[in-house]
Amino acid sequence: MAFDKSEVEKVAQLARLHMSEAETAEVASRITDILALIDQMQSIDTDGVEPLAHPLDVTQPLREDKVTEIDRRDELQTLAPATEDGLYLVPKVIE
Amino acid sequence: MIEKTAAELSASLAAREVSSEELTRAYLDRISSLNEQLNAYITVCAESALEQARSADEKRAAGDSSPLLGVPIAHKDIFCTNGVTTTCGSRMLHNFVAPYDATVVENFNKAGAVLLGKTNMDEFAMGSSNETSYFGPVRNPWDTKRVPGGSSGGSAAAVAADLCAMATGTDTGGSIRQPAAFSGITGFKPSYGRVSRWGMIAFASSLDQAGPICKSAEDAALMMNVMAGHDPKDSTCANIPADDYTAGLENSLSGLRIGIPKQHFAEGLSADVEQSIRDALSEFEKLGATIKEIELPNNHLSVSAYYVVAPAEASANLSRYDGVRYGYRCEDPVDLEDMYKRTRSEGFGDEVKRRIMVGTYALSAGFYDAYYRKAQKVRRLIKNDFDLAFKDVDVVIGPTSPHTAFELGAKSDPVAMYLEDIYTIAVNLAGLPGISIPVAPVAGLPVGMHIVGDVFAESKLLNVAHQFQKHTDWHKLKPVITGGEAS
Amino acid sequence: MEWETVIGLEVHVQLSTESKLFSGSATAFGAEPNTQANIYDLALPGVLPVLNKEAVKRAVKFGLAIGAEIGKHSVFDRKNYFYPDLPKGYQVSQLDFPTVGKGSLTITLEDGSEKVIGVTRAHMEEDAGKSLHEDFHGMSGIDLNRAGTPLLEIVSEPDLRSAREAVAYLKKLHSIIRYLDISDAIMAQGSMRCDANVSIRPKGQKEFGTRTEIKNINSFRFVEKAINYEVQRQQDVIEDGGEIVQETRLYDADRDETRSMRSKEVANDYRYFPEPDLLPIELDDAFIESVRAELPELPDARKERFIRDYELSEYDAGVLTSEREMADYFEAVAKHSGDAKLAANWVSGDLLALLNKNNMEIVDSPIDAGRLGTLIARIKDDTISGKIAKTVFEAMIEDSSGVDEIIESKGLKQVTDSGEIEQLVDQVIANNPDQVQQFRDGKEQVLGFLVGQAMKLSQGKANPAIVNELLRKKMA
Repeated sequence: MAFDKSEVEKVAQLARLHMSEAETAEVASRITDILALIDQMQSIDTDGVEPLAHPLDVTQPLREDKVTEIDRRDELQTLAPATEDGLYLVPKVIE
Repeated sequence: MIEKTAAELSASLAAREVSSEELTRAYLDRISSLNEQLNAYITVCAESALEQARSADEKRAAGDSSPLLGVPIAHKDIFCTNGVTTTCGSRMLHNFVAPYDATVVENFNKAGAVLLGKTNMDEFAMGSSNETSYFGPVRNPWDTKRVPGGSSGGSAAAVAADLCAMATGTDTGGSIRQPAAFSGITGFKPSYGRVSRWGMIAFASSLDQAGPICKSAEDAALMMNVMAGHDPKDSTCANIPADDYTAGLENSLSGLRIGIPKQHFAEGLSADVEQSIRDALSEFEKLGATIKEIELPNNHLSVSAYYVVAPAEASANLSRYDGVRYGYRCEDPVDLEDMYKRTRSEGFGDEVKRRIMVGTYALSAGFYDAYYRKAQKVRRLIKNDFDLAFKDVDVVIGPTSPHTAFELGAKSDPVAMYLEDIYTIAVNLAGLPGISIPVAPVAGLPVGMHIVGDVFAESKLLNVAHQFQKHTDWHKLKPVITGGEAS
Repeated sequence: MEWETVIGLEVHVQLSTESKLFSGSATAFGAEPNTQANIYDLALPGVLPVLNKEAVKRAVKFGLAIGAEIGKHSVFDRKNYFYPDLPKGYQVSQLDFPTVGKGSLTITLEDGSEKVIGVTRAHMEEDAGKSLHEDFHGMSGIDLNRAGTPLLEIVSEPDLRSAREAVAYLKKLHSIIRYLDISDAIMAQGSMRCDANVSIRPKGQKEFGTRTEIKNINSFRFVEKAINYEVQRQQDVIEDGGEIVQETRLYDADRDETRSMRSKEVANDYRYFPEPDLLPIELDDAFIESVRAELPELPDARKERFIRDYELSEYDAGVLTSEREMADYFEAVAKHSGDAKLAANWVSGDLLALLNKNNMEIVDSPIDAGRLGTLIARIKDDTISGKIAKTVFEAMIEDSSGVDEIIESKGLKQVTDSGEIEQLVDQVIANNPDQVQQFRDGKEQVLGFLVGQAMKLSQGKANPAIVNELLRKKMA
């Protein structure tokens, strides 16, 4: 299946990636090739096969409801591009 | 001294033939003289390494005899290391100083290993050549025009060039085993869930697994004794006691049943590589093993299924890189949308973006069943193939890679690059342990033999690999590094 | 044309666990920004989730309380979208295999009849952080304290037919949740939040009309107002020949209207897939039964018991059991006073009026159950009359001392001394010769007037039974 420019734009929007005009064409052709590789698996009949999400056949462990974390705000906010009054700053969020 | 295995160094340190500080200085010197050429390390922690070395020497003087106490190690830059820049090979994290230790890092700290630095890697572990790193490609010590393999290429090159005694790596589709094969060293991917993933930056959560990159199977066993075990911080980490991985190394291989998958000796495999593997197999026969051809009928679909599952998981795992709480943020975003898009487009390299796109597409409305669900079903079939095989054989052996290391830039086509992992990927999809060890080189370039075991049969695999290495010397071959100011 | 309204509610309830759903960070309300946001909550590279057992227990508890199927095999999924208050870029939720499946609850309609409302499912998920829109030099501030707090999203069937029914459903849900004590469920603080899916269709039509989703409704009253506004809006649009657009609308309480959230119009494609960092939750019968064993008596059962054991009316029992604290309070008063009937009258009457007037919760009542119980006991043992009790009650609001001390210090004790009362009675007889004659002529009703006169003279303190008795005797 050909992955055309409009698909690239749609998927790039979902993934929040900016694609220039030139990149869009390049990416479309690369992804078309990758999809051709992926589509090889369509050749096999998998009706009735149980999907495998996880290689280990085990179940989720449960944690006791205890507070184990301490406040490290000041230290952790040194990692951030922009903070003020203990808040992370981002360009205006419009509701 | 620096060319020794970790096991040998452990003995030398115990015998006080050398101090950890002397050893650490020797490695740091070697790094200073070779890293510029090989680009194996992104970050070198010279000062803290010497401090740790002195502390290890003190501990030893006080009676501590932990096997890896004072042995210098390098961690792949995918493991969060408290207070140390942890980049994952990406511009996105070029300035990220991790505020916590990965469990793997913590375990090696507790064992007294000395951290020399953080090794280069394909960006977010996405690559098979170490050419996608934001910090530039790593060179193969055997031939600096060639790639060391990837994504743990920095760790592989560092071990091969004696820039450390041992290193950690991670393997999502072959990222420990293929660079080990290309670089002529030993690389071990444990079963999924054997080693904690806490603090290991996620690429594809259901496939990622940490493991040793080192100079021998015995070293891998020593490292596994430190790395393996249950971790309550990782829900997917197996709650099964870890073995003493050195305990069974000397077991006889008499009666070992080896399966040779027809599909791993088919079209695409270089004749020279095949010959090296077949010669190695006859070595096993001498040790009392029997060899039998087996079928892994769905192996050819493993790359297809992998390139749905891994990008899909990655597309979500990499959504957190948004320029809000840490890492790269674009300059002067005009609005929120602009901040997201430019941060992510400027912070990620092409291969990462490609995989995010593929994964996003595979999960998007209308395509989920045809791609993601289908791939999960194929994954089941691939696992079933192995389950069936292990009813008749103890280990499965084949080549790690279809050929030896290729030259930088030789594989510009992503699909060609993806097919590099044709023999290793199925093992990740099935969650099995696999090891690559050196066999006879081809035209001066290393060749890796791939040994796969049943789930949690780590000890068996290490035993098989160790016995081979006891009776052969391929793992002792060292590269002669040319082109720089190498020794 | 006659229209029928169809409503389904999606209710988010914050489970009041100590720590977050997948991390050991605290969940306290009102903490300084980002002081409860740690490495997992901030989605630092390499962090992994571990599920809080208490959150699972609480979800199961809710499921059992509404008679729902409990998902013995439930699976977490990632719901992918970008928003600054969502640190991982996906919300961990449950899509195909929720922990709580189909159940139902019964609401009482205004005419007293009952209606069963279906609950489609209830699933666990993580809460998001908050965007603060005060201006930081043209930027917004993000507080991630709330990110990762466990939520139970309870989805109803489209069984509700009016705003009133929606409110009744929401109140019943609130009541059950408070009885279970799995959440604070305070709408004003956001620990209970409600989104309403609203559509209309011509009466008799089977197919549903196009629905809109109303968000941001943060009180029971606004639920009713927002739905009523939206129903009217939809009717106006259709009757003007327009069509309803499927969209998300925001309720603006200040202007009492809903308006389209244009920023959410960009088609969302959440790309759900099983969360690979978590494994399936498998719940065995032993776990489920252990949770069942912890279930308290629920509102419906308690109401039945109140009707049966205390002989309360359906209505009183309903009022008194709607809130667990109210029911607890009533039962304490009933026990203390030894008269359930009087206790019910006082709690649902004077006390409730007092609380409503001051906008207070029962737990904040200035009169605790013990004191109200004593007050009622004093009516029963004739220390005071019912009328004087009202005066004592008023005094108790300001004065926290014991009931008996208040009666004593204010001199409100009932006069039961016959001698004293006799004087009063004599005076009344002397002052009202006409009425006395009428009584003697057989006009029984006049007695009431004369008793009233005697009570007035005593400033309400005389025991009316004794007054009654003496009057009859003297006029005989």
